[in-house]
Amino acid sequence: MDGGEERRKRAVGRLCSICHEKKAALKRPKTLDQICRECFYAVFEEEIHKVIVENNLFKPGERIAIGASGGKDSTVLAYVLSKLNQEHNYGLDLFLLSVDEGITGYRDDSLETVKRNEIQYGLPLKIVSYKELYGWTMDEIVKAIGLKNNCTFCGVFRRQALDRGAALLRTDKLVTGHNADDIAETVLLNILRGDIARLGRCTQITTGEDGPIPRCKPFKYTYEKEILDYFSTECIYSPNAYRGFAREFIKDLEQIRPRAILDIIRSGENFRISSSTKMPEQGTCERCGYISSQKFLDVVNDKVVKVGKDFMNKSRAVIKWCKACVLLDGLNRGLPKFGIRRTKDSQKVGEHRVSNSETTVANFESKQCGNLDF
Amino acid sequence: MKRISYETSTETLAAPFLERDGMMIDDGHRQNPRLPTVSSGDRQLDAEFRRSTTANSGDTVPFVVSAGVHHRGVLFTCEAEPIKSFGSSEKEEGRHEGKEMASCGGGGGGGCGSGCLRDGEEAADDVKGEEVGGVRGRRPPADRDPVLCSKCGEHAAFYGNLCGGCFRFSLFGKFKLAVTSKAMISPTDKVLVALSGGPASRVALQFVHEMQFKAQKSWDASKDQSLPVFGVGVAFIDETMFLRPSKEVEEAVEEIRCSVSQLAPPAKVLHIATIGSIFSADPEGGTASLNEVLEAVSDATGKEDLLHHLRVLCLQKIALDNGYSKLVLGSCTTTIARKVLSATVKGQGYSLPADIQYVDARWAVPVVLPLRDCLAEELTVLCHLDGLKIHRVLDQPHVGINNLVSSFVTRVQDDNPSRARTIVRTAEKLRPFHFNKVTENLSYEMLPSRVRRKLQSERNAEATPSEVLCSICGGPLSNSDIASLKASISNSTRHQVFAAQCCQSCCFQILPKEEASLEHFYSLMPPAMTGRVKDVTTCDYNHLRGRVGAASVTTIVQHINDANVIS
Repeated sequence: MDGGEERRKRAVGRLCSICHEKKAALKRPKTLDQICRECFYAVFEEEIHKVIVENNLFKPGERIAIGASGGKDSTVLAYVLSKLNQEHNYGLDLFLLSVDEGITGYRDDSLETVKRNEIQYGLPLKIVSYKELYGWTMDEIVKAIGLKNNCTFCGVFRRQALDRGAALLRTDKLVTGHNADDIAETVLLNILRGDIARLGRCTQITTGEDGPIPRCKPFKYTYEKEILDYFSTECIYSPNAYRGFAREFIKDLEQIRPRAILDIIRSGENFRISSSTKMPEQGTCERCGYISSQKFLDVVNDKVVKVGKDFMNKSRAVIKWCKACVLLDGLNRGLPKFGIRRTKDSQKVGEHRVSNSETTVANFESKQCGNLDF
Repeated sequence: MKRISYETSTETLAAPFLERDGMMIDDGHRQNPRLPTVSSGDRQLDAEFRRSTTANSGDTVPFVVSAGVHHRGVLFTCEAEPIKSFGSSEKEEGRHEGKEMASCGGGGGGGCGSGCLRDGEEAADDVKGEEVGGVRGRRPPADRDPVLCSKCGEHAAFYGNLCGGCFRFSLFGKFKLAVTSKAMISPTDKVLVALSGGPASRVALQFVHEMQFKAQKSWDASKDQSLPVFGVGVAFIDETMFLRPSKEVEEAVEEIRCSVSQLAPPAKVLHIATIGSIFSADPEGGTASLNEVLEAVSDATGKEDLLHHLRVLCLQKIALDNGYSKLVLGSCTTTIARKVLSATVKGQGYSLPADIQYVDARWAVPVVLPLRDCLAEELTVLCHLDGLKIHRVLDQPHVGINNLVSSFVTRVQDDNPSRARTIVRTAEKLRPFHFNKVTENLSYEMLPSRVRRKLQSERNAEATPSEVLCSICGGPLSNSDIASLKASISNSTRHQVFAAQCCQSCCFQILPKEEASLEHFYSLMPPAMTGRVKDVTTCDYNHLRGRVGAASVTTIVQHINDANVIS
């Protein structure tokens, strides 16, 4: 860009830097280019098409469930995917999949949006509710356990609910509307938490390929700011300040250097994660049959134990339950904290050990026995 | 009577100490708690060292050295030196109500290590069982300050539940553990400590000095004097031209000079240089070209980062010119946490593990970070405690991305004080590079056999394939960077090759975008930086282009490494 051209532009009132015909209507957040609205739409869709093609996200004839929350990301995703599917002949069967947590006033609006999308884009919609899957709505859970760990329940249940809904629709893949900001934020949060296994996984565009229903994120490189068409309502139950921290940081970074978001994702992709890092193994829940690579909990006599920590476990059968089942079981038995505060329990065991020498001995032995896996 | 006691913290002790010192706790010692027993030369040295540090901290209390160990409610106190007042000692020992306690004579030092260790749990439990009914029954007097050191339980807590002495000892323990476990300083080394005027580098200098002082004592005392004492020098990079010239700045530099000269014996040389010195020998010309280079960088963050890379080169130059074999930096946990996040944000995820390890041997003089496990806050507190002067006037504020990252780290640190450690631990799990370990080239005949054996095992470590380093930041290039380097290696001009060998991050934030200014920028670069790519331009391109793979990469690296010797 030499000075002359720039001066000319200013005189005309800035032309679109792509078509050089129309007046620039917006500054593209990702590149700070001045472009017109038509070119922006074209570039936006083109980029997503490129991501889909380059990463071989879909195969012709596949049934794809779009995780639709009713928020801006998933609405744009549904629209763009159905448009690209027609334009580029992907040959996909697209479905909308929504989860009804049963939060009064929160999902009602967004479910309405999803229902509107169903009609607008002509995509079949399936809504799975917590009530029908688990017998509890979020409102009832909050009533039972208060506002402290509610997000744990909601997250664990939603993750499974999407998988179950996708299975009900007999889809091959599940796409979610996670955008570049979300992924950059997840990279930072995993660094802050020290979660190396997730740090390695979170930048992958497709996850769970070994599982029954892989998930992919076609918006991996799409900036949140660019997902223009938005109408979101904040969740009334999640004032999660910590997530806000990192999010704010990313917004500040974006302001100084728009490419920082992509840089964070690139860093995440390039991290030299050693092959010896323990990655979660896939398993099947022995209560509900859910297959997942999520962590399974060991349950002995209806109690969650940590194998190798509890010295009683050698005499009893250990059953593997998925987290949702453990939480649900706790809820149904009226023990809402069940399965959540494991770390604190094990600390208590530690204190107990010091004060009672007999337990110390028993515990010490059980460490060895636990490893032998009786 | 005031007592100073030194502590090792639970988390920082190494297993080797346990093996050596685990036998400390035996009945004989416990039966006569006030009997000074020095059972090994090592321990004597420790005790002597403590006395010296007591003196250093400006405290003139009698030489009472005590080291207490608090482990899961079990407390041992090791005391050396006769205690003049019986009453005071009784009070101190009896202070721990409800805690079993064992006292033992001995030099302190290593002895307390045994109980602190998590691995030493069993031993601790055993002793506890025998000790019931011993010193335990004593009741503390009522007029006690309620907040006592959680380690020795003898002095008022000063920082993080520790008294001044215990706190200092825990920090020194972290330093010593890093130095010994990573073989950072060997007896034949000549160590250059980079001093910035901030707390971290000041503490690094202090600790290195104490270590040298101790080694000197041991050398004086030993019969054969086979283990030489490592040499210590100090480097101060004068960046006062970036600050507003004022009387305070001049005074600060003078105070640094003064504080280094007071550290003797053994005497330490202070090297003061400006970053301009890597551009030319003439100070005026050097500063001028430095300013010109910085002018050429438009991005504020890039400017700061380039200055940092030049500073590193300048330290290397000082070290190399004066025959130093190690460069000690005071990078602490907080600094490294910042580095981790800023590298992530700048897209340097691949090269990130190179910069955050204890040892970084990719330079002509290996760089070591012995304070990697200490928090900035702790180091600042220690400076206040020991009366070490910090020169805030020399600080240069962070800008742009770096500034955002530092305030973010401060914020998450406020949210949870251990967050910086978590960040560093996460980055620690990333695979380091082959140069992140000590490679020694010593004359082995000089060393006694036990040291020799240790070094040989290190030397036999497998040779790993080399990496291509970025021509500006020195970070290893990721595979995609190498692919683009290979694509553009046919470029004929040197500045193009120089640019091609930069990582994406440096390309974006440091290199000028236009061809003409890039050429100008390249012409301004100091020889130390352009030297890294010099040989790539002269070597056989066909060879490089033809063989896309490890072989060609290794060739480039060899050339670079040859050229990497800073002139």
